[in-house]
Amino acid sequence: MARENLNAKRLLCPMPVIRTQDKVKTMATGDVLEVVCTDPGVMQDIPAWCRINGHKVLETHSEDMEYTLVIEVG
Amino acid sequence: MSKQRKAVALISGGLDSLLAAKTIIEQGVHVEGINFFTGFCVEGHTHAIRKKDKDKPKRNNALWSAEQLGIKLHIIDVIDEYKDVLINPKHGYGANMNPCLDCKVFMVHKAKQWIEENDFDFIITGEVIGQRPMSQRKDTMPVISRESGADDLLLRPLCAQNLPMTLPEREGWVDREKLHDFSGRTRKPQMALANDFGFEDFAQPAGGCCFLTDKSYSDKLVDLWSARGKKEYDLDDVMLLKVGRHIRPNKQFKVIIAREDGEARFMQGYKKDFINMNCASHRGPLALIDGAPSEEDLLVAAQITARYGQGRDVEMVDVMIRDKDGSERQVQVKPFGIDEIPQAWFV
Repeated sequence: MARENLNAKRLLCPMPVIRTQDKVKTMATGDVLEVVCTDPGVMQDIPAWCRINGHKVLETHSEDMEYTLVIEVG
Repeated sequence: MSKQRKAVALISGGLDSLLAAKTIIEQGVHVEGINFFTGFCVEGHTHAIRKKDKDKPKRNNALWSAEQLGIKLHIIDVIDEYKDVLINPKHGYGANMNPCLDCKVFMVHKAKQWIEENDFDFIITGEVIGQRPMSQRKDTMPVISRESGADDLLLRPLCAQNLPMTLPEREGWVDREKLHDFSGRTRKPQMALANDFGFEDFAQPAGGCCFLTDKSYSDKLVDLWSARGKKEYDLDDVMLLKVGRHIRPNKQFKVIIAREDGEARFMQGYKKDFINMNCASHRGPLALIDGAPSEEDLLVAAQITARYGQGRDVEMVDVMIRDKDGSERQVQVKPFGIDEIPQAWFV
C-alpha cells in the first residue's frame, strides 16, 4: 500500500478538499494520504468529504496552526 | 427490469438544491451531486479567516447537503474558466458584479459535459420560477436550458409543473405528478417540503452564496480593475478582496489593513508577495501594499497603517516597511488623525 503526502497549506476551504479529491483519484484502495493544511475548516470538511465518498480518516491532529489528516482511500 | 437512471444535481449548499435532489432521489433515481467552486463562493472562506464569525459553524454546506442526502459530491475547481463568465458576461450583470444568468448557463453547461463524461442521464437544479430577479425568471429559464446545451435534459423538480415537459418526464424516468409547482419569492413551500423530508438546520444564505452579489465586495473588484486598467484577477486577488480595510490614496497603490487577528494571520501568508508594513514602536495591524507605490506613497501608507495601531494618538511612530525581497527599513511618521483619511480613499 502506497503512502503519499499532500501540502494544502495556505489554501482555504474548499480548495484543500478539491486537492484531496483530485489526489485520491490517482490512488488505489487501501493507499494512505497525509494532508497538511492551515485552514482549520478542513477538520470538518475533509472528514465530511471522506464520509460521503467512502474513505476513512485514520488520524487527525493539529500543531502550530497546521492541521494534518491521514486518510485511507476507500 | 428497467435501467436505473442517473442524475447529477447542482448542489450549492442551500435549501432549494437540497430539496430538488431529494425529490428525485425519492423517485428511485441514482443522484450524485456536483458543486462548482468559482472562487467567489461564500462557503467557508471568511468564516475561516475572520474571528467575528468564529461562532458560526465552519461546515461546507454543499458537503453537509450531500451527507444529508446520502449522495456523493464532486467539487469542481472552475476558477480559471469562470474568469470569462465574470469578465465578459453576455447577459450583463445584476445589481452588483453578479453575472447570474451567464453563471447559471456556465454551470449547467459544465454539468452537461460532466454527465456525458460519466454516463449520467440528466441534470437537476433547485431553480424556482420567480425566485431570483435575473436567472430564475420564466423568460430566462429557457435561455439557461438552450445556451447551456442541456435543453430538455435539464429538470427543475421544484417548479417542473410550471414548465414544459423535459426528457426525463416524457420518458417516464421521473413522474411529473410527483414534481412541484413552486413559484415566486415566497419560501413557504420550500419550508413545508423541508419539514416533510425531515430536514433541519439547513443553510439559508440571504443574498445567495456568491460574493459577487455583495455591493462592498463588487466595489472592491471594480476598483481593482480600474486601478490595473484591465479586467484581470487571480485567486489571491479574489481572496484578498474578502479581507481587511481597503484604502486607496491614488491609482498607483492601495493599503489593505487587517481588521483583526484572524485576518492578520491570513494576510501573513502574503508577506512575500507584497510590500508590507506594521508599527514597530506600538502594537498595530499588518498592512499589505498592493500596486507600485513611490517612496512618497509608502510614507502615506505608513501614516495610514499607524492610524490603526495603538500609537494613533502619539506624535510620531516607527513603522517597519518590508520589501518583497525581505529587506526591511524603519521610517518615522505622524499617524493620520481621525479625519485626515478622506472618505473617498475607502474602497
